[in-house]
Amino acid sequence: MSEIFAEQTAPTEPEGPLAILKKGLHNRSFVIGAAITLVVIAMALISFFWTPYPFDGIEIANRLKTPNADHWLGTDHFGRDVLSMIMVGARNSIGVAIIAVGIGIGIGVPAGTWAAARGGWIDETLMRVNDFVFAFPALLSAVMITAIFGPGAVNAMIAIGIFNIPVFARVARGAALALWQREFILAARVAGKGPVHITVEHILPNILNLLIVQGTIQFSLGILAEAGLSYLGLGTQPPNPSWGKMLAEAQTMIAIAPHLAIFPGLAIVTAVLGLNLLGDGLRDIFDPRLRRLK
Amino acid sequence: MFVYALRRIAMLVATLAVATVVIFAVMEVLPGDPAALILGVEAREDTLNALREQMGLNRPLHVRYLSWVTGLLTGDLGTSYTYSVPVSDLINERIGVTLPLALIALTLSTLISIPLGVLAAARHNRVADVGIMATTQLGIAIPNFWFALLLVWMFAITLRLVPSGGFPGWDAGLIPCLQALILPAVALALPQASILTRIMRSSLLDTLHDDYVRTARAKGLSQRIALWSHAVPNALIPVLTIMGLQFSFLLTGTIIIENVFFLPGIGRLIFQAITQRDLIVVESLIVVLVAAVIIVNFLVDLAYGVVDPRLRSRG
Repeated sequence: MSEIFAEQTAPTEPEGPLAILKKGLHNRSFVIGAAITLVVIAMALISFFWTPYPFDGIEIANRLKTPNADHWLGTDHFGRDVLSMIMVGARNSIGVAIIAVGIGIGIGVPAGTWAAARGGWIDETLMRVNDFVFAFPALLSAVMITAIFGPGAVNAMIAIGIFNIPVFARVARGAALALWQREFILAARVAGKGPVHITVEHILPNILNLLIVQGTIQFSLGILAEAGLSYLGLGTQPPNPSWGKMLAEAQTMIAIAPHLAIFPGLAIVTAVLGLNLLGDGLRDIFDPRLRRLK
Repeated sequence: MFVYALRRIAMLVATLAVATVVIFAVMEVLPGDPAALILGVEAREDTLNALREQMGLNRPLHVRYLSWVTGLLTGDLGTSYTYSVPVSDLINERIGVTLPLALIALTLSTLISIPLGVLAAARHNRVADVGIMATTQLGIAIPNFWFALLLVWMFAITLRLVPSGGFPGWDAGLIPCLQALILPAVALALPQASILTRIMRSSLLDTLHDDYVRTARAKGLSQRIALWSHAVPNALIPVLTIMGLQFSFLLTGTIIIENVFFLPGIGRLIFQAITQRDLIVVESLIVVLVAAVIIVNFLVDLAYGVVDPRLRSRG
């Protein structure tokens, strides 16, 4: 049973980026997801150089304006331009999610591949620790961590990142274990290569696809988690705008200014939806067998 | 089955024991002296010391851990610093909001997702399937607290059908309570229902290709009967596991959702306790929630062993 499963998840031959891109253009999820993700990333990058107004430019005379020609998405209760805040908020969301995924990959992948390479009690111990972290409700623990070490974007990254570690460890271990059974790894061992050598030269390039797909999924979960923490006041702190914080502020004014609650929410949904579609598309492209099952 | 259950129980106890150590250790590094917090910044050192002595904060670490765990086992969860009432009383009071909320959300999510998942699988690659799949993509991408805000705006503020927040208490009668819980439950259920629909669909698509379904059709059963009495029951097994997992998402999801709707439940209590540095409440609540999650997962595991004998030998 486990052999069958391993065979199914064992990565196929690695392909060049060009071949993947060519296949990608025929995949609807990939094209739509990549387009949306690029727009969101572009928005975040542009915000470093230009926003329609300064994101913290308070202009009380212009407060709570509905969308108009000057302020495309309206203004908030301090007269700040909502579009500018959303653009800078994209920067925060993406930054937190990227670092959180980085923490997961940086610790989880070495741990998972090490467990697969060594087996025995090391594997057993690492996997039990993994199960244990999984048993903790992630949101609850993230709230606890940010509350203990103080609210802020950096602590939010760490809190979200910690829960990415077991995810990547599990994916890396599962895929690596399957590869360790294959002939070309056996050949490498016969040639005298050690476990570290084999992992870096043969295992990692072959599990890269799976890691990219998982990374995309964790990226979108990270954006949702950052928004949730910021909504509770535990994530990105003012005056830096963040989508979650904007929604928390909008809540008290929803009866008089519903537009304040709509646009930051749409921004979150767009970013998450784009990444999820991108992840689905990438999975189909990398592993056509899964697509048939779908 | 007996050995399987014993091994699972041993794992359960070990996990719970490690959990209490980790939670205790994490709470110990928390900055802030509870005694100083209660007495204020201007308290004299000897008063502070007296209070620390009274609260048992001067005892060695392992003694405090042991007395805390013994307390947990006997149902004595300590006394809240800020409310000055036993934590177990606080939990008893608040669970009456959180548990019904989570259960309504779980029921909603199941009632929506199973029929939708079956419909999508039965109409694989046709309009209904594509439509349902697109909707679930959206459902997963929507943060539940934003969905909650939109629901409040629509049903509480614009249409004035239900209150926008707060909880009247069960003394006020069933209807007002359900009115207060319905929007939060819908908001909690949306992402879970989307995930469950997708899992129901893919699980059913897998079983639809199995031999026994073909046999059922070959012996003359209609498509509908083959689907509902042969394929669906088998496809439900993975769905049950996910439902077990979702219970923990629903419980912790209440931290955010109860804050959106100002519901006096466990989620809001834990959030308030953290901001007020009411350590004993935080500690006990987290243990209770983690224990609930671990025990639910354990029950799902056990149920799995009953349903599928092959799993017992693996452990």
